[in-house]
Amino acid sequence: MSTLLEVSGVSVTFDGFRAINNLSISIGQAELRAVIGPNGAGKTTFMDIITGKTKPDEGRVIWGPRSISLLDLSESQIARQGIGRKFQKPTVFEAQTVRENLAMALKNPRGPFDVLFYRKSRATAARIDEIAEEIGLTDDLPRRAGELSHGQKQWLEIGMLLAQDPQLLLVDEPAAGMTPAEREHTTALLVRAAETRAVVVVEHDMEFVRRLNCKVTVLHEGSVLAEGSLDHVTKNQDVIDVYLGR
Amino acid sequence: MSGSFIARNPSVLWFLLALSVFTVAVTLMSEVTGVGLISTSFVKTLGKTLCLCLIAIAMDVVWGYCGILSLGHFAFFGLGGYAIGMWLMYARTEIIVVQSLANAPLPPTDKEVTDAIATQIFGVVGSAEFPLIWAFSHSLALQLLMVVLVPGLLALVFGWLAFRSRVTGVYLSILTQAMTLALSLYLFQNDSGLRGNNGLSGLQNLPGLDAVPQSVISIAFFWASALALGLGYVLFAWIVSGKMGSVIRAIRDNESRVRFLGYHVESYKLFVFTVTAIVAAIAGALYYPQAGIINPAEIAPIASIYLAVWVAIGGRGRLYGAVIGAAFVSLLSSWFTGGSAPAVNLGFYTINWTDWWLVLLGLSFVAVTLFFPKGIGGLFDLIVLRPVPDRQGDYGPDKGAWRREEGEP
Repeated sequence: MSTLLEVSGVSVTFDGFRAINNLSISIGQAELRAVIGPNGAGKTTFMDIITGKTKPDEGRVIWGPRSISLLDLSESQIARQGIGRKFQKPTVFEAQTVRENLAMALKNPRGPFDVLFYRKSRATAARIDEIAEEIGLTDDLPRRAGELSHGQKQWLEIGMLLAQDPQLLLVDEPAAGMTPAEREHTTALLVRAAETRAVVVVEHDMEFVRRLNCKVTVLHEGSVLAEGSLDHVTKNQDVIDVYLGR
Repeated sequence: MSGSFIARNPSVLWFLLALSVFTVAVTLMSEVTGVGLISTSFVKTLGKTLCLCLIAIAMDVVWGYCGILSLGHFAFFGLGGYAIGMWLMYARTEIIVVQSLANAPLPPTDKEVTDAIATQIFGVVGSAEFPLIWAFSHSLALQLLMVVLVPGLLALVFGWLAFRSRVTGVYLSILTQAMTLALSLYLFQNDSGLRGNNGLSGLQNLPGLDAVPQSVISIAFFWASALALGLGYVLFAWIVSGKMGSVIRAIRDNESRVRFLGYHVESYKLFVFTVTAIVAAIAGALYYPQAGIINPAEIAPIASIYLAVWVAIGGRGRLYGAVIGAAFVSLLSSWFTGGSAPAVNLGFYTINWTDWWLVLLGLSFVAVTLFFPKGIGGLFDLIVLRPVPDRQGDYGPDKGAWRREEGEP
């Protein structure tokens, strides 16, 4: 399996606090990966670095077949490279309809003038319907996103990610605040998405990770503590000590 | 396409209809037709008000839709006025100078004419030479180009520097205030090349049209202002509808999320800032020939703050709200400050509105912001029944979600 994203030797310090300490992770193409770890392990910072929100003090982040360094790119350029991100708290545009939210995310030229002269086509409308179907929001397309339930907003955000058609999806705690049935739907969505692209899921909830049934990376104090199948890492003594034991 | 655009934005049609009816009605009642119900000076006031409505919709787009509280858009308005004023002054002075030199024994050379014009224009600030910035003032076409280019470039450079550094919110507002204050202070200097605090005057006299009465000129400018407002309204309605509008409003609501969707937020802000600045400049170029005089006080920071007040009172986030706010507040303001409003005698104190109008305006601004955030434009929601969405179930546990109480119509 060829490598899609290579994070090597990355460190970040916030006011003397080392949030990420010599972190190295590599993600393959079409891989589902769960990243777990206790609070403050640097999971969200790890995503911030990949998406360009935080610039690391040292280390490299290499992306794609052409081995581009993501550290030189802005957030929007990184997103256009094919990295999509879902935030911990669902951040959809609440004042706009579900359809508008999806249309905005849909993979299309992103320049101001492209957007100004953008015209709806049957193909894009069909694509929006397709995504809405997948995330189970077909009937809610004309509703304002602010009216959706918490779980629906999470799906809408996942739908927006799918609409971006990224090669790598970074998903931060997708199951937070969801009912068991909603969790099941979310798991299915992510597993299906990972068939064609890489999906990295940051999660707290072990049950959810077990259901994803994928390779797991355990972070602790900003670096990788263990990596492997869930059964493998849960048997690791270090992991038990810092995380599972509590 | 245009049919569906109107269908999706019915307010555009209503607005254009109202504007045409208003324009025709004013024309019929003006002194041009002989009816004379509306005096020429009031036609000018109305024409100026239309220009203020135009800059107000520009402000609404930059603030109400894109979330950039610019407190400097009157700088662009003023620059547009100066640009057209330079040509008006030059051309008119040239006619006068040529006439007076025609009696001289020898025909004047070009340089003598230019020098005489310069002495006429700049004598008041103790200079007799044209500064470099007047290089194009002899040509109407070039100076009209300057109306668009100078404010456009200023907005482009200023916006690029500000947005690139990710200056947002109140800091950006302060920065725009600083820009307009700096510009105004610079223009107050006598050696700024624009006649210092004297400003440019006599702009109501169009060169070569001395024979045309002001009643006709005032109606011509009134029509031009109405046309500009109509075109500006359609332009902005088009920009803020569709996908562009979607992205712009998304930037207002959550800028960083838009970035992670792959949109270069800074380019969008720069686009909106520059386009609105250019429209503001065009509004200014139509305003000052009707006002007759422009001086640096016009672009003092307070003017841009007024603009924000108009838009807030009218209702931001909807274009007709900005028009209503600008027209309502500025006409009311001229009524109160013009001494037409009757003083209120409280027995122990007499309220003179010329003194108390600003207090009233300030209080209404606070009241609107606190109690009617939708402004006057929000009243239309009471008339036009908005479809009430079918809401079922609770809205979710996170803080950003609507609570059930809020969701009930």
